[in-house]
Amino acid sequence: MKNDNVDIDVHHVTRVEGHGNIYVNVKKGIVERCEWNVPEAPRFFEAMVVGRQWSELHHITSRICGICSIGHTLASLKATESAMGISISEQDLKLRKLALHGENLQSHVLHLGFLVLPDLLGVGSVIPLASSNPEEVKTVFRLHRTANEMSNLICGRTTHPQRLIPGGFSKIPSIKELKDLRKKMQDAIPDLQAVAKLFKSLASKLPDFTRETEFIALTSPDEYALYDGQLASTDTGKTPVNEYLSFTNEYIVPTSTAKWAKHVRDSYMVGALARLNINYDKLSPLAKQVAEMFGLKPVCHNPFMNNIAQLVEVVHSVEDSIRLINELENAGLQPQPDYNKPDIKVKAGRGVGAVEVPRGILFHDYTYNAKGICTKANCVIPTNQNHANIELDMKALVPKLLDKTQKEIELSLEMLVRAYDPCISCSTHYVKVNFV
Amino acid sequence: MKPKVAFFDFAGCEGDQLQVANLEEELLTLLGQVEVVSFREVMKEHSDNYDIAFIEGSCTRLQDEDRLKQIRKNAKIVVAIGSCATIGGINSLRNYKELDEVRRTVYGENAKLFDTYAARPIDAVITVDAYVHGCPIDRDEFLQVVKSLLLGKRPDIPTYPVCVECKKNENVCAFERGQYCVGTVTRAGCNSCCVNQGTICWGCRGLVDNPNENSHKEVLIKFGLTVDDAIGKFKLYFGWQEGKR
Repeated sequence: MKNDNVDIDVHHVTRVEGHGNIYVNVKKGIVERCEWNVPEAPRFFEAMVVGRQWSELHHITSRICGICSIGHTLASLKATESAMGISISEQDLKLRKLALHGENLQSHVLHLGFLVLPDLLGVGSVIPLASSNPEEVKTVFRLHRTANEMSNLICGRTTHPQRLIPGGFSKIPSIKELKDLRKKMQDAIPDLQAVAKLFKSLASKLPDFTRETEFIALTSPDEYALYDGQLASTDTGKTPVNEYLSFTNEYIVPTSTAKWAKHVRDSYMVGALARLNINYDKLSPLAKQVAEMFGLKPVCHNPFMNNIAQLVEVVHSVEDSIRLINELENAGLQPQPDYNKPDIKVKAGRGVGAVEVPRGILFHDYTYNAKGICTKANCVIPTNQNHANIELDMKALVPKLLDKTQKEIELSLEMLVRAYDPCISCSTHYVKVNFV
Repeated sequence: MKPKVAFFDFAGCEGDQLQVANLEEELLTLLGQVEVVSFREVMKEHSDNYDIAFIEGSCTRLQDEDRLKQIRKNAKIVVAIGSCATIGGINSLRNYKELDEVRRTVYGENAKLFDTYAARPIDAVITVDAYVHGCPIDRDEFLQVVKSLLLGKRPDIPTYPVCVECKKNENVCAFERGQYCVGTVTRAGCNSCCVNQGTICWGCRGLVDNPNENSHKEVLIKFGLTVDDAIGKFKLYFGWQEGKR
């Protein structure tokens, strides 16, 4: 049956981080309105950090997001370190990469297991799955706990890290703790294989929808870029990170408290799928195997496959963490004093820090005066960079769904939004579908 | 019948609700004792029929007050979780600035589109029955508070400063290390978690009920620190409590 009139009003999309709304209005088969709104209460971090000291910025901006607090801390530290010409040791660099893997695991497993899986199994949340699919839920919890323990070990906390400070770490794990972590990573592989099989059996539930778009992510000749690299676009190639403003071009739309962004097209996409599309060759061997299981290869333009790209990245993060711990062990872990506080020469300057966090590329850009007081700050959040792409996907998807029931259309649109794993607190906060 | 519980969020990072998800297996145990009827971050279903409401985040807009008042009306017990909800938290940093200027800094000439007022804790708008402090909250403390409430008891929240826990943990005092720390006046209950990790107490659990200001001044004098050092750090989390609104 063709749906001539559709009225969708999902006020506050559920199972996403933050508040967002979907509005769709179809009259006589013509889409009159199709909008993605972000009504989250704005938080004004860029204004709050002005006047604060260099040694506090990472602590404050970590609070932009509970889920990617490690990524915000790292982007913040990189911006401060770049502004003041501070370098960190090879050992600290490896530990920071482990911190980022910990967060990637924590966030992706949460998203796939708690937020996406219920859609694929036709329920409203993970809660009924605890009794209907207890083994699957236990596996997800086990992986999630391992990821949390990893973040806790490297960063001193699972959320809002403490050990990560300008110039390095206030405290580092012992080699024994790292070896224990490596064992946990190795033990996680069979669980990941089980999760991959589960998603494979449900993959047909992911809509087969493509809309060509631009993908942007960090890239590096040495590795699957997460902590560092150059900016890369599937449309325009590579650019130094310092020129990020020519990529992000943020603008304000009246319907959202979050800013939107565009580059050479009307929108672009960041996140796991963008990274995979740009850096596929650098994935670890097992991660590539999982991508092949799902026929996922670059350049994939189906946004729903961002879920699968996250699954591939989970496997990559586990394998790459084992590699990093091996390297730390082989090099001999250098001890450091308790309450370590690197000696930092404060100076005036501007620095940009870019890091790939679970939902895509994140930029922090600070200017400091000679006393190390922040005079200007700009943070460009992954979810903001995806807002325009989400709305354009919705506009392309709705006309293809008009032979479905309103409930089915609503579910597909919610699944689309969830596939982006939006983090609306970050972007200010966001999701919900309103068929009006 | 199991008590019905609901989770709500206002201006914050949702890091506290994340700690609830991070309970992992213990979350399943908890779900055996209560029925979650609303939790937007993890479930599609929603009901306004609940006994206990957990609220994360600060109130930062007049328009959000109605939603808070409605939650108060629906719930028998309201629990504020996390610094933003219990004391205003890091959000209140902006209360020290002209709000028009703050809006312009972030949104430029479109500033007028974005409503805001001084960030405030939940109990500045509605009555709050219990608090789970911290940024983020501690999972075990959250469970303790929930257990107390289910047993009809008042949760046991420390009324002494973080310094007490820190000394027990045999940390080297941050002041002795040449750093400024607000553990002398911050409510304990975190087991001095940040100092244990080699940093300082930032004050996320808020001022203790009767902070010993004289002893804090003595510390400043002893270590040659200025009032500016103190004010700078106090602003991070104590903005609302210190009356800057």
